[in-house]
Amino acid sequence: MYDKTVRRRRAVLGLLVAGSLILLTAYFGESGGGALHGVQRGTSEVLNPIQEGASVALKPVRDLFGWFGDTLDAKGKVEELSAERDRLRAELARQDNATYENARMAKLLKTTGALGLDRYGPKTGRVILASPTVWYATIRVNKGSSDGVRVGMPVINEQALIGRVTAVFNGAAQVTLLTDTSASRPSAGVSSRAGKRNVFGVLEPLGAGNPNDLVLENVAPGSKLKPGDRVVTRGTVSDPSHPSLYPPGLPIGVITRIDREGTDTEEIHVRPYANMKDLDFVSILTRPRAGGA
Amino acid sequence: MTASHQLVPRLLALSIVGVIVQTAAVAQLPIAGASADLSPLLVMAVGLLCGSLAGGCFGFGVGLLVDIVSIQTLGVSSLVLLGVGYAAGRLREARDPEGTLVPLAAGALATLLFSVGFALMQFLLGAASPVGWALVRQTLATLVVNALIALPVYALVRRWLLAALPEDRRRRRRRTYTTGGLSPLSRS
Repeated sequence: MYDKTVRRRRAVLGLLVAGSLILLTAYFGESGGGALHGVQRGTSEVLNPIQEGASVALKPVRDLFGWFGDTLDAKGKVEELSAERDRLRAELARQDNATYENARMAKLLKTTGALGLDRYGPKTGRVILASPTVWYATIRVNKGSSDGVRVGMPVINEQALIGRVTAVFNGAAQVTLLTDTSASRPSAGVSSRAGKRNVFGVLEPLGAGNPNDLVLENVAPGSKLKPGDRVVTRGTVSDPSHPSLYPPGLPIGVITRIDREGTDTEEIHVRPYANMKDLDFVSILTRPRAGGA
Repeated sequence: MTASHQLVPRLLALSIVGVIVQTAAVAQLPIAGASADLSPLLVMAVGLLCGSLAGGCFGFGVGLLVDIVSIQTLGVSSLVLLGVGYAAGRLREARDPEGTLVPLAAGALATLLFSVGFALMQFLLGAASPVGWALVRQTLATLVVNALIALPVYALVRRWLLAALPEDRRRRRRRTYTTGGLSPLSRS
C-alpha cells in the first residue's frame, strides 16, 4: 500500500515536471501568434474584467497600505527635505528676477507648453495589474484595442515616459516598462537625447530589480555629459524596421553618475523621472507619430 | 460529498482568488522597495496542510495561472512552484513539524526556493541581467515581507481548507487525549 502511494506520488510529480518543461519549451519556441500565446491571451481576455473589478475593489486596501508606507517614508525624509527647503528658498530669491524675465519672454514667444502632448492622442487608463516578480517589469492598463490602443504605442505617466504597449486585449493592454529585462521580451532600447549638446544614445535597463537605474549606451566618445543632464526621447528606436516608436522630446530621466568616465567602457547611469513601483494612472499615446517625427 | 471531494474545488477557488489578489493588489504595494509574493506562501501552506501530492499539483496550477495572468513565459512559475509545493508536502510527511512558527520558517524557505528557482530559470532562458545588489536586495526584502505575512496567510488557508482536510494524525491525537483514554496523564 505504501509502495503504491509512493509510486503514485512520484508518477504525478514526474508528469507535472514533464508538463511544465513541455509548456516552457513550446511557449519559448513559438512565435507571438502561436497557440499557447493565443490561449494565454484568451484566458487573460476572460480574466481582465475580474481583475479590473478586483483592482477597483482593493484600491482602498492599497491606499491604506500606501498611506502607512508614505508616512514612514515621509518621516525619514524630514531632515533631508528641510535642508533642501532652505537651499531652495535661497535659490528662489535669485530666481525671482529670472522668473519675471522668463515670463515676459514666454509671452513674447507665445509658447503653448513644453510638451504639448494632446496631439499624440493620449488615452488615460488605470493600472489594474502589476507583475508579481522582479523579473518582469510589466503592468496591465484598462485601455485596449477598443480604445484604439495598439502594440508598440508609448506609455507615459504624469512624470515621464514609462514604457510601451507589448500586448493588446479588447479592454486592456500589457505595458512593458523601460526597466524590463526578461528574456521573453527583449527590450527595445529607447533612442534618446541627453544634455544641452543633445548627445544621442540608446537607453537600456540595467538589470532585474533595478527600477531606478537605466544605462545610456552607444554614446559617442567625448560626449561631455555630466550628472544632472536631462535625458529625453530622440524620436527613433534602435530597431530600424520600427522607426519613431516614441515621439521626440518626451522626458525620461536624469543622469545620476558616470562610471569609468572618458574610457571605452564608460557607463552612464540614468534615473527615470517616473517611479516605476508606484504607477496608478498612465496615458497611452495613441498617435505617437502625430508630431511628424 | 467527502472531505477529499470538497478539497479540489476549495483549492481551485483558493488558487484563482490568490492569484487575482496577488496581481491586482499585493504586487502593487511596495514595502521597503519590494512587494510581497503570495504564490509561494499559498503553495507552502497547501503543501504543509495537504501533503506532497496536493502541494505539487496546487503549485503547478497556481504557477500556470500566474504565468497566464501576467503574460509570462508559460511553465516557469509552474515548474518552480511545483517544487515548492512538493517540498512543503514532503516536510509534513517526513517530519510532521508542529511548532507555531513552522509556517513562518517554511514561508521564508518557500519564498527563497521560489526566488532562487525563478532566477535560475530566467538565466537558463537567457535573461540578460547581471546579479546585482539591487536584485539581491529586492529578493531579500520580499523574503522578509513574506516571512512576516506567512503566519496569517497559513492561518487563512488552514481555515479555508479545514473542513475539507483529510483526518490528520495530529487532530486525531488531540481528540484522543481529550477523551482521556490514551493520555499519558491518565496512566500516571
